[in-house]
Amino acid sequence: MTERTAEPENPEQAGPDLLYSEAEEDLRAAVRSLLAARCDPADLVLRTESAEPYDPALWKSLGADMGAAGLLVPEELGGQGASAREAAVVLEELGRAVAPAPYLTSAVIAAEALLGSGAAADGETGRLLAGLAAGRNTAALALPWSTAPGAPLATTVRAAADGALTGRVTGVADAAHADVLLVPAAGPDGPGLYAVDREAAGVTVTPRVPLDLTRPLADAALDGAPARLVAGPDEAEAAVRRALLAGAGLLASEQLGIAEWCLAETVRYLRERHQFNRPVGSFQALKHRLARIWLELVSARAAARAAADALATGSQDGPVAVAVAQAYCSPVAVHAAEECVQLHGGIGMTWEHPAHLYLKRAKADATALGTAGRHREALAGLVDLPAPAG
Amino acid sequence: MPRTTESAQHPADTDTAGLRSRVRDLLAAHDPATTPRDTFLRARFDAGLAWVHFPEGLGGLGAPRALQSVVDAELEAAGAPDNDPRRIGIGLGMAAPTILKYGTEEQKQRFLRPLWTGEEVWCQLFSEPGAGSDLAALATRAVRDGDSEDAGWTVDGQKVWTSQAHLARWAILIARTDPDAPKHRGISYFVCDMTDPGVEVRPLRQITGEAEFNEVFLTGVRIPDSHRLGAVGEGWKVAQTTLNNERVAIGGGRIPREGGMIGKAAATWRERPELRTHDLHQRLLGLWVEAEAARLAAVRLGQQLTAGHPGPEGAGIKLAFARLAQEISGLEVELLADEGLTYQDWTMTRPQHVNFTGRDAGYRYLRAKGNSIEGGTSEVLLNIVAERVLGLPAEPRTDKDVPWKELAR
Repeated sequence: MTERTAEPENPEQAGPDLLYSEAEEDLRAAVRSLLAARCDPADLVLRTESAEPYDPALWKSLGADMGAAGLLVPEELGGQGASAREAAVVLEELGRAVAPAPYLTSAVIAAEALLGSGAAADGETGRLLAGLAAGRNTAALALPWSTAPGAPLATTVRAAADGALTGRVTGVADAAHADVLLVPAAGPDGPGLYAVDREAAGVTVTPRVPLDLTRPLADAALDGAPARLVAGPDEAEAAVRRALLAGAGLLASEQLGIAEWCLAETVRYLRERHQFNRPVGSFQALKHRLARIWLELVSARAAARAAADALATGSQDGPVAVAVAQAYCSPVAVHAAEECVQLHGGIGMTWEHPAHLYLKRAKADATALGTAGRHREALAGLVDLPAPAG
Repeated sequence: MPRTTESAQHPADTDTAGLRSRVRDLLAAHDPATTPRDTFLRARFDAGLAWVHFPEGLGGLGAPRALQSVVDAELEAAGAPDNDPRRIGIGLGMAAPTILKYGTEEQKQRFLRPLWTGEEVWCQLFSEPGAGSDLAALATRAVRDGDSEDAGWTVDGQKVWTSQAHLARWAILIARTDPDAPKHRGISYFVCDMTDPGVEVRPLRQITGEAEFNEVFLTGVRIPDSHRLGAVGEGWKVAQTTLNNERVAIGGGRIPREGGMIGKAAATWRERPELRTHDLHQRLLGLWVEAEAARLAAVRLGQQLTAGHPGPEGAGIKLAFARLAQEISGLEVELLADEGLTYQDWTMTRPQHVNFTGRDAGYRYLRAKGNSIEGGTSEVLLNIVAERVLGLPAEPRTDKDVPWKELAR
């Protein structure tokens, strides 16, 4: 699934492949067609206030039947053996549909955390990973959703010698619906990553009221909850950092999808909407604003593809590519969603129109996995542009 | 003009291997170490290796355009001279595709070879003081000398922002031939002899102190009808070919990080810790990210072109480049503090090549102001993106169906 479209005639071409392969375009078409049939924006607005913000049937079709949940997991561990490039395409489509599915949290971040913990096919970690890859189960990394890849890892949870976890983690994305929580905790021998069943004794998961209605948040309180060590002091921190880096890098593709929908929908509306006996979209002041969004999308796509390619190839440049993608794509998605609301006029301010779902997702995504500012600060160190002394 | 028979030896062989074989034949017959530059370039043209996508006999082989890089790389590796494309960019990028599309066989044979070798420099007489973004409003007149079918033309008017006019042998020129027609329909397209005694070229000094460009005054300039390109009154259509070929230089996916203006600012930041402030740091990091994203977009466009799927992203690259060049060079002037208050030299000079990232920060700041004006203002490009890429409706217009002579000026 990783065939490249680059022209073989040009062997000296270096750097990331920023295009989409045919296989990637096929995957996109399949996901888009599923979402078009099963994730209508009007239904989404209704679902956000129902008891079930997630659509389990949609997740089964996407994650299990289509195999998207296992894209990042090698075949010998029960996955599809694809790469971050394909996962990025899925996330573009999920962003475009602002779909309420635990793809980023479970199929990307939790799966990467387990892969970084040395999951083996015959071990318990491997079985957990296989369950995620098959779309049978979901897991959430128990860290506040705002945690950046380079942030110091808070240890608000302690593990006893028998693995029992005690402590509290706030603002965990998708925790309320996950089967398993992957909890970074301070253990007797140092930092560790632990797996705990959400329904186990001593686990209390309390949903928060989220700004982004399509990605639920919850607090997890652990009181002697029985857990299993997944990664010990030698691996735990690297596994968590790997998971957050992949999450941040691929979040850029979700943000690209959000911005694409906002631009396309706004253009469509402004061609139809008439005021002053003209299509509103013929006013130059508005055309320039839409053209600027398109311009930002061109660069956002390149930055998001560069991050996905760097993650897929394990490039040394990964941390730079991810920081650039997050620092660039976060404000682009917010800008596109804000313009979408403004240029729709009154209808854009209503609960009925789906524009607010995109605005809320875009604004929450801009904080998720590190703000643009945090990623710029990370670049200061990565590309040698140091802050002033003192 | 003599033509070699090399193309006849490889009739259908225009894939990569075939092109490499032709390059070897050329190098064998004309050793770059001992062949005079013009002779080598003429031989390269005659071998069809000048621009491989051009037709046979006109410097090409009818091969895919993407394969030009194969030829260029092989010849560069062999130490062969090139035609100094920066010096003859107007000819290569704008005049040549127009002559190829609209020229008569005689015009193609006469003009294309010395154009490509650089023996004849070309310039472009399009913009006027009263016709910038609204180029079709141009007022330079071309009047027929008599009533016969092939009578020549006399041209009077003023053109501006003409680079290379002081070095040029020929110009592509658009002029009004019918003031009674609506503005787009009364224009014709000519090749103008820059050595005509009615052509006067004056340097146009710009805000940097130097003069890259010229004003060109045309007074009773005579142009034979055989130097008209396209039909009388069809000049606007012909000019679209010229303007669509005004290309952004995208180098096949090999654009280095920090390759442009941001590299200058970043280098100063690293070398001069005493200049650093927190405000400048935040702004520099923000611009670094934007410049890197724009670079990746240009790399991606290059990959699309190489893969044979050009997209509309080119207009976006130019817009982003202009804004970033301006913001980054502006930041650099501030970063340099007291040194930013000085300027290297205001002396009027005539640079051979313009280098946007050359000289000092003050020069870069001032020269970058032109980036959002030259080759289509950013405002017009945003309209083009909105209408042609996004499909938004055009503004209502009052100038399209009115005779040119009745328009407000």
